[in-house]
Amino acid sequence: MSRPEDNLPPDLFYNDTESHKYTTSSRIQKIQSSMTYRALSLLHLTSPSLILDIGCGSGLSGEILSNSASEGTPGGPHIWIGFDISSSMLGIAIEKEVEGDLMLADAGQGVPFRPGTFDAAISISAIQWLCNAETSEESAAGRLSRFFNGLYASLRRGARAVCQFYPKNEQQKTMVSSAAVRAGFGAGLLEDDPGTKNAKTYLVLTVGGGDLDGDITGVVKGMEGVDVMDQRRRTKDRKRGEETKGSKKWIMRKKEQMERKGKVVKANSKYTGRKRRVAF
Amino acid sequence: MKLLTLNFLTCAVKTCKTSASSFPLHPRDSELEIVEAEINVQFLQNILPRLMWEELGGLVNELGLPSLPPTAPLPSALVESKLQAPESDTTGLNIEKLEVPSQVARDLHRVLLETCIMSGGLVCGNCGHEYKVLEGVANFLLPAHLV
Ligand SMILES: C[S@@+](CC[C@H](N)C(=O)[O-])C[C@H]1O[C@@H](n2cnc3c(N)ncnc32)[C@H](O)[C@@H]1O
Ligand SMILES: [Zn+2]
Repeated sequence: MSRPEDNLPPDLFYNDTESHKYTTSSRIQKIQSSMTYRALSLLHLTSPSLILDIGCGSGLSGEILSNSASEGTPGGPHIWIGFDISSSMLGIAIEKEVEGDLMLADAGQGVPFRPGTFDAAISISAIQWLCNAETSEESAAGRLSRFFNGLYASLRRGARAVCQFYPKNEQQKTMVSSAAVRAGFGAGLLEDDPGTKNAKTYLVLTVGGGDLDGDITGVVKGMEGVDVMDQRRRTKDRKRGEETKGSKKWIMRKKEQMERKGKVVKANSKYTGRKRRVAF
Repeated sequence: MKLLTLNFLTCAVKTCKTSASSFPLHPRDSELEIVEAEINVQFLQNILPRLMWEELGGLVNELGLPSLPPTAPLPSALVESKLQAPESDTTGLNIEKLEVPSQVARDLHRVLLETCIMSGGLVCGNCGHEYKVLEGVANFLLPAHLV
């Protein structure tokens, strides 16, 4: 099946016709709603919270977030803020008079909220779009890092985020989850029905500092098919000291650190970290 | 856009991230509307410590709405107990002590969750960038050179 994100930018793909088709399809409604409930079960909310919905579209998830606990929404009713890059999708949400607040924004440009705003974040079937850079000025890596850095800062300590997405291949899966880890999240990938055409990938993210202290292992403990990509594991690896200062590995890590801090770093090349010949 | 959201939104321009004056955004030529919503006291209690009260007061003044008290209420001030029979009791004789939203909670709910900016602009105090609001939706898309 062809992937829409390989052919058009999201705001053009989700035009009035496609947004209408999308929202009125009972098959789509059913799938999006079951994924929203799955994400909610991973968020473990116990009381009314402030939630960010990234790529909220026409508000299919939002309608569930606004429901009360007795209607089946854990910890509900929640208050949510949703943003999307498609004005047609948001137009349908307005017509439906959803209760959440809506914004027109591009996740690849960041998350413009002050630090510690949200109790949780959810994103259903949206962030694979970030892997396709729309213009030549942008790189997918840059868009992913702006998104995850912004999301990380906008969540309060101890918060969780769950992003269900459709990775194109293993490489894209790794690209997305490592961008999240680099932003500071504890991250785990959960797969439902792996290997089938109904496979669903959930990126479960935690922000350290609260009860969880970024420990993803507690969240996904006992769940089948969960791959834990804990940042702390990387730190431990590093301590073993096989990495010497000035080595290629060391330079690459330093460059990554600088980039994360927003510094401009020279692109890596086959010469990076090589010994220079002594010049006379 | 609810005033709640405005109490958390900052300017999205890259060079504004480190500037204190990129929060709060200032409304310009705004058209307000009250959109009724069910009161959620537990949510209000949850969000109260995270509000920037002074900035909320400033916003309310900029919009020409009645001023807020100078300091934020305590979460405990959002409920009050009332002696009344529960709705299920048709005799009205089984009087109980019930926790109900206080006037303070209802006022806060009105300001944060029911008062909406339907159109106008939101202006950054640092760079002057104006984010347009149309049909209650703010446009935060930036030209590439500002990202
Ligand atoms: C398959 S729809 C899902 C919508 C909604 N989450 C749902 O479950 O019904 C994908 C949505 O992601 C949005 N999207 C794609 N790229 C985006 C970006 N960079 N920023 C914000 N939204 C984006 C699209 O406009 C579209 O509404
Ligand atoms: Zn600004």
